[in-house]
Amino acid sequence: MKDQGKYRPLSYFQLMEVTLRELLVEKGLLTDEQVQREVAEMTARTPERGARVVSRAWMDPSFKKDLLQDGTKACEQLGLEIPALKLVVVENTPQVHNAIVCTLCSCYPRVLLGLPPDWYKSRNYRSRMVREPRAVLAEFGLMIDEKTQIRVHDSTADMRYLVLPMRPAGTDGWSEERLAALVTRDSMIGVAVPRAPRA
Amino acid sequence: MVPARFKAGDRVRVLKAYPIGHLRTPYYIRGHVGEIERLCGAFPNPEELAQMRDGLPALPLYRVRFRQREVWPDYQGSPSDVVEVEIFQHWLDAA
Repeated sequence: MKDQGKYRPLSYFQLMEVTLRELLVEKGLLTDEQVQREVAEMTARTPERGARVVSRAWMDPSFKKDLLQDGTKACEQLGLEIPALKLVVVENTPQVHNAIVCTLCSCYPRVLLGLPPDWYKSRNYRSRMVREPRAVLAEFGLMIDEKTQIRVHDSTADMRYLVLPMRPAGTDGWSEERLAALVTRDSMIGVAVPRAPRA
Repeated sequence: MVPARFKAGDRVRVLKAYPIGHLRTPYYIRGHVGEIERLCGAFPNPEELAQMRDGLPALPLYRVRFRQREVWPDYQGSPSDVVEVEIFQHWLDAA
């Protein structure tokens, strides 16, 4: 960032955050240490967690079956706790391409993908993804065949969604770790697909 | 928990209502007819939670599947394209 290091006054919302946090600490409802710990935990969550889930599903058909039936329970098998919300995993096939949006705010499977990218929270993505998904996907460089059904999932309430992309061709015999490295954040949101490196 | 009125495959219409306050039913889907994809479970009513009440009894929450061509008459794209939205039972009528 080119502005880094320059002094800039706090924005309205930054000021609100600092004020509220300091008040909560002052009143003894929270400690600074607890806040730090939460922030550290939040930043430790990365899309690598989601990639582990996807590559396991590619390797293990019975895990994949469990995952599609009850995402929350299946993730527990990998030691991934998804508290207080339900994970719905939607599978891409040659006939169906899935993509995720939250038109009302920015609901996102943070437990598996970490913090959402800025574009996911933008008004542009949120309003257009349900209205003209093919045009939006094309802007991400993803052309979906007319014969393939697009299913857009509007994450409006208590569920969270993860796309299970298709395993790329040319990856037979690959290890789970090697496969996981192909699974990008965007492919689990549904605005990209994993691709095997060119031979 | 409020008993579930619908099951997967049922056709439902989203209420065309415009109450004030916090709610989780997007504007664009109100008044449209779709098909229940699944019952997600029962969850406290978010409209009540936003008023600092407990939101109980929990309400059935559904995923409802809509044809894009029916939601947006000028939709550009395959006629098979769909959008799926989570909707609480009190926003749905049999269609």
